[in-house]
Amino acid sequence: MMYPQSRVGTVVRRLGQALPVLFGVILATFVLTRALPGDPAAFFAGPAADEKSIAEIRKALGLDRPLPEQFLVYLRDLSRGELGTSISTGQPVSEELIRRLPASLELTFLALLISMIIAVPLGILAAINPGKLIDHICRILTTAGVSLPTFFTGLGLVFIFYYILGWAPAPLGRLDFAYLPPPHVTGFYLIDGAFAAEWDTVYAALSQLMLPCVTLALFTLAPIARMTRASMIQVLSSDFIRTARAAGLTNYTVLIKYAFRNALLPLVTTLGMVFSFTLGANVLVEKVFAWPGIGSYAVEALVVADYAAVQGFVLSMAIIFLILNLIIDILYTFIDPRIELGN
Amino acid sequence: MTVIINSKPAIKEVVADLESRSASETTGSSRIAHSIRKQGSYIWYILSSNSVSLIAFTLFILLVLLAILGPLIVPYNPLATSAVDALKSPSWSHWFGTDQLGRDVLSRVIIATRLDLLISVTAVAISFVFGSLIGAVAGYFGGWFDKVSGRFIDTIMAFPLFVLAMGIVAALGNTVENIVYATAIINLPFYARVARAEVNIRRDAGFVHAAKLSGNSDFRVLAFHIYPNTLPPMMVQASLNMGWAILNAAGLSFIGLGVRPPTAEWGIMVAEGANFIVSGEWWLAFFPGIALMLAVFTFNLLGDCLRDIVDPRQRT
Amino acid sequence: MDQKILEIDNLTVEFMTRNGSVTAVENVSFAVKKGETLGVIGESGSGKSVTSLALMRILDTNGKILSGELVYSGVDLKRASNAAMYDIRGREISMIFQNPRASLNPVRKIGKQLEDVLCQHGLANKYNARKKAIDLLATVKIENPTARFNAYPHELSGGMCQRVVIAIALACQPRLLIADEPTTGLDVTTQKVILDLVKDLTTERGMSMILITHDLGLAANYCDRAIVMEQGKVVESGCINNLFLNPNHPYTKKLIRATPNKSSQLNQLLPSESRSSCTSYLEGSHQSASFNHKRREPKNQRPLLYIDRLTKEFPIRNQIFRLPSLMSFGKRPKEVQQVFRAVDNLSMKINYGESVGLVGESGCGKSTTSAMIMRLVDSTEGWIEFDGTDIGSVPAKHFARSPIRSKLQMVFQDPTDCLNPRFTARQSISDPIIVLGSLNSKRSLDKRVDHLADLVGLPKQLLERFPHQLSGGQKARVGIARAIALDPKLLILDEPTAALDVSVQAVVLNLLQELKCELDMSYLFISHDLNVVRLLCDRVMVMQSGRILEEGETGKVMVEPAQSYTRDLINAIPHPPELVPQ
Repeated sequence: MMYPQSRVGTVVRRLGQALPVLFGVILATFVLTRALPGDPAAFFAGPAADEKSIAEIRKALGLDRPLPEQFLVYLRDLSRGELGTSISTGQPVSEELIRRLPASLELTFLALLISMIIAVPLGILAAINPGKLIDHICRILTTAGVSLPTFFTGLGLVFIFYYILGWAPAPLGRLDFAYLPPPHVTGFYLIDGAFAAEWDTVYAALSQLMLPCVTLALFTLAPIARMTRASMIQVLSSDFIRTARAAGLTNYTVLIKYAFRNALLPLVTTLGMVFSFTLGANVLVEKVFAWPGIGSYAVEALVVADYAAVQGFVLSMAIIFLILNLIIDILYTFIDPRIELGN
Repeated sequence: MTVIINSKPAIKEVVADLESRSASETTGSSRIAHSIRKQGSYIWYILSSNSVSLIAFTLFILLVLLAILGPLIVPYNPLATSAVDALKSPSWSHWFGTDQLGRDVLSRVIIATRLDLLISVTAVAISFVFGSLIGAVAGYFGGWFDKVSGRFIDTIMAFPLFVLAMGIVAALGNTVENIVYATAIINLPFYARVARAEVNIRRDAGFVHAAKLSGNSDFRVLAFHIYPNTLPPMMVQASLNMGWAILNAAGLSFIGLGVRPPTAEWGIMVAEGANFIVSGEWWLAFFPGIALMLAVFTFNLLGDCLRDIVDPRQRT
Repeated sequence: MDQKILEIDNLTVEFMTRNGSVTAVENVSFAVKKGETLGVIGESGSGKSVTSLALMRILDTNGKILSGELVYSGVDLKRASNAAMYDIRGREISMIFQNPRASLNPVRKIGKQLEDVLCQHGLANKYNARKKAIDLLATVKIENPTARFNAYPHELSGGMCQRVVIAIALACQPRLLIADEPTTGLDVTTQKVILDLVKDLTTERGMSMILITHDLGLAANYCDRAIVMEQGKVVESGCINNLFLNPNHPYTKKLIRATPNKSSQLNQLLPSESRSSCTSYLEGSHQSASFNHKRREPKNQRPLLYIDRLTKEFPIRNQIFRLPSLMSFGKRPKEVQQVFRAVDNLSMKINYGESVGLVGESGCGKSTTSAMIMRLVDSTEGWIEFDGTDIGSVPAKHFARSPIRSKLQMVFQDPTDCLNPRFTARQSISDPIIVLGSLNSKRSLDKRVDHLADLVGLPKQLLERFPHQLSGGQKARVGIARAIALDPKLLILDEPTAALDVSVQAVVLNLLQELKCELDMSYLFISHDLNVVRLLCDRVMVMQSGRILEEGETGKVMVEPAQSYTRDLINAIPHPPELVPQ
């Protein structure tokens, strides 16, 4: 109507809006980590160093320059993809992060997939059958699920399924010692193993994945089911559903074609929040299961005040989150025709 | 959508109309005290009519009592170690067993209630006050303040919140106060957004125009007319948020930030107990974890019940 | 020909609420013959909508049919299976509701929604569904139906949405159409067009119709027979002419009396016992004006309110989808321009003691004008003078401190929205006195509020109640009491009775006339309803697209309008048949 390329325009505008947020994130991260206690120069120089050598090292690291200058240097490095060097391991932070990222992503995506497959139908069923058993189950599950501390569930699952039942393998990482990782294509063991047709590796990786995935899935299940149920209930009581019923449309049509499509909209917007929680819960799950992802990397770095590593972690998490939100926003413009023409 | 002229109510409003008609016909004398009592008894009626809300309310009172009376009712000194009593499973003398240093787990769990509740209540209070003020002013006046505060809030929300809390505590130092500040900062956006939205909805309402016609300045309109109306939904938000704040604080302690040994706090107790799960000494991590879960559960239930009172349309 | 296609016998419907069970409909019986239009007339709470929802079996989950028989063409609706009901709904009995845009699925193209119904009832398959849908759109006189097939509800106006809803309802050629307040919320001219369309289509197809409405004029013009409902019971029924010319039941008489028609006077709207001295003078006076016999000659030649070339422009951002708050000033989505002129070079004056009406349909700019006069909104250009003082140049946000603030007050349209939900009635009325008045002690404040409550006829014990505990009429009185609390000179009444039942409207209008007498105020009465304006106003101005199209003495304008737009407005108002004066 007004703007033939409105969708493209919207996407471009969203990208544009993301830029100042990105800048804010970078600035915030920089401010945060410059405030870290502890003197990296002293750490590098070692316990035996004297004032002079510490000062020299500080100069070499560029830590004696005024803060705005440090910030510009930081920006320049960022644009080159350099996130600094980890103090504790001596390796470039960006390399470490890239190496460890697939482990976290594999875990998160699988968990989200599982939880959505369970949560969305559960929410819909609960909304359609108010007051019945499925509704009560859904409500208990969601209220309890939102109250469970992730690390506690993880530990609980380990105790039951590993210690008592012996069904799950030891929570010691992505693969048991007996197996070698498959040839690297994406970094996701399940995919790489399938590509290389190493099915026993795939099976081993899957069995290690199960418990942490279920832990994370339980965590995300609750808000998704709750939101689906609430949204469906709200839509089902609206006027146009009454019209559809009065026109004689069957239950199935009314529910799926009419109600669910509308209920999707608020659900998609909550996904952003769910991702935020998930990325945080990731850190906890990785600690419990000794998962070699970026979360555990950060936890180790925090304890020793490894500022470049922590900075790199926070920044990369924020960027992943930004990209996820952007995708969600763009997805939303596709499913809500009211947004089509402009803002 | 144009101004609704001559709109006649839909079914729900018809029922509400019938309800209010029957309700309003029953009262005889009406004094201010009477209507306040009516509001209070109405809340009590809702709370007690539903067994779920009664449970939530009872648990809440229990938690508060434990927090206040904690040090007085613990059977053992939470910090007293005893090598010979280490790692004893739950028994009559130690209901929750003992940990690796021989400390009584029950006493530590009870003591930890105070610390955890204190951290979360303080954090939520700070973020409530600042968040709602920022949001209300932004929602009412708009303009540059709205844009600037919006950017600020967006920047906070651009981070996965737990990760940001980690970063803040790491930056400021590993103390309990900083846990409080970090939790307050990451919770701020919720209140700011809710406040802004609630104020925005009411900004063009008839009673706001009427208040301006009555000579109220912008400040008075916002403070005395609009803001009190936003309090009920914000209270609901605060109650739901408390649960999350407790989880956050415990999570941070779990990964080693904030509280240091030998302080008793649920998160750090689970972390210490985690090492013993694989060797079968489950009680070290189990009881603090259950206590944590119950506390969060209570606040979530309470929030749901409050929401039922405040806005029955959003019943979950 | 005389066979009944629908028979309702002793229907009782109950709802479960927080306060226990409420009987919404009690022992209601009526019948609809083939080809006839039955009106169901009632005010809010009468149970008229519940009856139709019950027979369609689409009540809310907390509603239950307690007893009664519902027979449609020999089919027992109460005991029919779900599958049978799917068949009946849409195919045999159709329903259309008020609020047309909300009745359509917002994320689905309207053409597709039509196709859904057609395919559901087996009248089309996926090959010919599109064509049949487009044909249907043409039947309801939507222009350019092929293009409109792909439109979404938010892209269409209210009238067009209602046409689509009608198309959906008539798609499968049902034999009975239930129309539940189908034109509430639409402009008066659109209302006439839509109802004429529905009436034509149903007559053409030999359909029966049940028209549920609160508007007696509509019932009189479109129905053959009617039943009157009050508080869930049927109080009277009969053929339309009989009902209006020879009503039996006191409630029916009250309703008919309270509905303004072409020649009624303000005081005639109420039973003779409740008429006041102020308005009773009007008997026998001119057909038009409600002259106040105590009206003083204007103190001086200066008008109370003088407006010159008032203009308000809104910048258009390039978006069609707008938030409801902007819509509260009555704009519909417009074509993209640089700016939108809501009010365009408007000039008017109001004299002391005068009552002036401002009439226009939605989107004409009357609400924006009143907001500017009240100094809630700044004008883009123009001069506003009140009582000799220039108030237009004081910015809106500073006007609250001006000494003139108390002299310019307003009564709002929606009685619920205009009261702070957390203030008792007393607090709401006291607020302007506390802020702007000069009373010192709490006791004198309370006394003043009590006096105001007396003036507006609000029982004192209701003062301690909250808005949700008051009825619509009571809330309206609280709003009026608050507006007159500081003895204003000019009162703007923005559709004050639009959201009230017709019997309550009669009372409130009489109250407003009394207050005007006693307190010597001037009124600017804004409305879309010329009938109501005629009752209260000496002069009337007709507004369209931000400009005043026509103005003059009410009597002259109503009888001999100069503009065709005015004539259309007047003709579109449905009137009940003229009554013999009582």
